[in-house]
Amino acid sequence: MILPGIVFVFIFKYMPLGGITIAFKEFLPGKGIWGSPWVGFENFEYMMLLPDTKQVMWNTLFIAAAKIIVNFPIPIIVSILLNEVRSAKFKRTVQTIIYLPYFISWVILAGIIQDLFAMDGIINNLLNLFGIESIYFLGNKYAFIGVLIGTDVWKNFGYNTVVYLAAITGIDESLYEAAKIDGANRFQQIMNITLPGIAPIVTLMLILNMGNVLNAGFEQIFNLYNPLVYSTADIIDTFVYRISLVEANYSLGTAVGLLKSVVSFILIITSYKIANKYSDYTVF
Amino acid sequence: MNRTNSKHTSGLHGGSVGSRIFIVINITILTMLAVMCAFPVVHMFSVSLSNQSAVAANQVNLLPVGFNLASYKMVAKREAFWNSFGVSVQRVAIGVTINTVLTVLMAYPLSKSVREFPSRRVYVWILLFAMIFDGGLIPNYLQVKNLDLFDTIWALVLPGAVPIYNVILVMNFMKQLPDTIEEAAEVDGASYFQRFTRIVLPLSKPSIATVVLFSFLNHWNGWFDGKIYNNNTANYPLQTYLQALLANTDLTNSSEAIENALTNVKTLQAAQLFLTMLPILIVYPFLQKYFTKGLTIGAVKG
Repeated sequence: MILPGIVFVFIFKYMPLGGITIAFKEFLPGKGIWGSPWVGFENFEYMMLLPDTKQVMWNTLFIAAAKIIVNFPIPIIVSILLNEVRSAKFKRTVQTIIYLPYFISWVILAGIIQDLFAMDGIINNLLNLFGIESIYFLGNKYAFIGVLIGTDVWKNFGYNTVVYLAAITGIDESLYEAAKIDGANRFQQIMNITLPGIAPIVTLMLILNMGNVLNAGFEQIFNLYNPLVYSTADIIDTFVYRISLVEANYSLGTAVGLLKSVVSFILIITSYKIANKYSDYTVF
Repeated sequence: MNRTNSKHTSGLHGGSVGSRIFIVINITILTMLAVMCAFPVVHMFSVSLSNQSAVAANQVNLLPVGFNLASYKMVAKREAFWNSFGVSVQRVAIGVTINTVLTVLMAYPLSKSVREFPSRRVYVWILLFAMIFDGGLIPNYLQVKNLDLFDTIWALVLPGAVPIYNVILVMNFMKQLPDTIEEAAEVDGASYFQRFTRIVLPLSKPSIATVVLFSFLNHWNGWFDGKIYNNNTANYPLQTYLQALLANTDLTNSSEAIENALTNVKTLQAAQLFLTMLPILIVYPFLQKYFTKGLTIGAVKG
């Protein structure tokens, strides 16, 4: 029963691993993966000499870390607020609407964002109303990073509440009853019952996020960026795409990609290990 | 007496002033968040229904200005759009079927303990490594190329045939089903396969609905594979078509390029963005009731 799936995993996940060897070769399309000559670590040495490489790695870490940090508290706060709502209908309506952005592709969102954040777009019109001059959001290398982080949080915060809401539902109702009898107000109940109650899952999520510090969001950046913001917004994945498929330097692209894959692999394994030790988390 | 009473009920009915203020603030914040999430989509829909000059003058906010269907009539005549729409429909039909069948077939044996399924550990490691270690853009690209899948629908559905995350989700859901039901069926003489199709599958409906939703979204929203695995733009799925359109790549033929220049690109774009999103808006409410349940039981355990 399990075999048909394993065959596909083998063909599309394990067989390509042989192609990684071209990171150590000079890939010649005519000769293919196996016929191309070995060059040792030449591609990696060249990669380190490129001025772009360091910048791209720094950008990746910076954007990914900023997204993790900003993305983290918001769903927790929103879950707690949602949990305090007494009208089930209002709660469900809000949930339905805030989950929605998660399900829309970055292609479509990029189309919308480019319109909203344009020089004469709604956001700048709003700023003008408050006497602030228009900002070139998509062409200014600093403002662009703000747009990346802001729209990422916008897309994901609703969906990320699912896990915390489930954890809150699991808290023993009698704790709240007891607290009410002791005269605890809502705020005290949140601080002393709800937050400690979801602390384990909060910690687990934080640990698991560690594996994402090299994922700065390819789909989002690829659909929004332009050469004006390369200096701050070009990340490993977009860089790999350009050197591999635009400049057709397969070997160099594979080398940079391999570096990312190996570091990511180590980070994810480490985060799983910590999560397992901390809260008996197992993937399978 | 009154004082204590209000304290007792404050958590539930908002008796005290402080908790009434809290309720008002809470509802205001949540309403604002919901508006922020809905506004961009509503705005885009309104732009697609507005007249061109109003859009060009930035008069459209929440509601359409100068309501008309011109942009939709224009899109209706765009062969490239509907051609790509067809590719996407085909991709979803084939892709979701393959994903779902392989997912449940793998999840069931994996939900058994090592005692019942001795080689479980081996398969778990195979899947875990495949999930965590990414071969990289070029190795995957060359594999699809070497298999001669370029410009076929199979390049879009076979590489991701097994969504490993979904397998884990369904597996965890099956794990938490009470063993006693299956044991009783076994005593009654039900075979392994009968127990799977007659008992476990129907009981796993919430988690299966969840992975169907994920896999539908994944295929409908996928654009990058469509971009790199197709040389002929006629084989582009809808999101790839749209991506190329928004990036101003030379996708459309010259007559369409002229048509673009003549009409207001913004309203036309908005109409195409909205039509591309529409299937998600239609499917989402039906599957939403399942996915919260399927997701929380499958993804968060203990």
